[in-house]
Amino acid sequence: MTVVLDILSWICLLAGSGFAIIAGIGLLRLPDFFTRMHAAGIGDTLGAGLILLGLMLQAGLTLNLVKLVLILVFIFFTSPTSTHAVAKAALHGGLKPLLTAGKDSKPSKTS
Amino acid sequence: MMFAAAAAGILVAMALALTRAFLGPTGYDRILAVNAHGTKTVLLVAVFGFLTERPDFLDISLLYALINFIGTIAVLKYFEYRDLGRNPPDDKKLVP
Repeated sequence: MTVVLDILSWICLLAGSGFAIIAGIGLLRLPDFFTRMHAAGIGDTLGAGLILLGLMLQAGLTLNLVKLVLILVFIFFTSPTSTHAVAKAALHGGLKPLLTAGKDSKPSKTS
Repeated sequence: MMFAAAAAGILVAMALALTRAFLGPTGYDRILAVNAHGTKTVLLVAVFGFLTERPDFLDISLLYALINFIGTIAVLKYFEYRDLGRNPPDDKKLVP
């Protein structure tokens, strides 16, 4: 039983950190603010969810499990909220999405 | 061992997000990168608590998640209205 939990926990933790690294690479390499937001969303949902799930499998039925569930629920509520707020502020501030690929790779600020 | 591997992955992701926060052409890029960095910090503190077998770190992690959200919203508000205390002026209100 412990071995099965350990294996599942390994898988979740490794996949979660892999998704976190993918989110970091996307945050660094994508051409435009709005596409970078998509990369940050991957890190916030899949990365955080899988890593916290892997920790939950190691925690067992203790108070730590409750805390981990609280962290997960809180991240799942606040991450879309803050992403929405950033996107709305960027649109309001005159940051236009990059619509044509490769034409000009710099995001244009018109205001 | 598995916690060390996860912590290493999270550290790499944090370094990448921090690079974007330093590079970022606009302020919104920086805010987004700092927000992602804060989420990774929450995860890193939680994993580090398990790594050193001191699960009390989860309290710090929970608190950091709260502060990260509030900080992002506050920085956004300051960035947009140049003021934290007052309501936005009428001509700058966001129309839903």
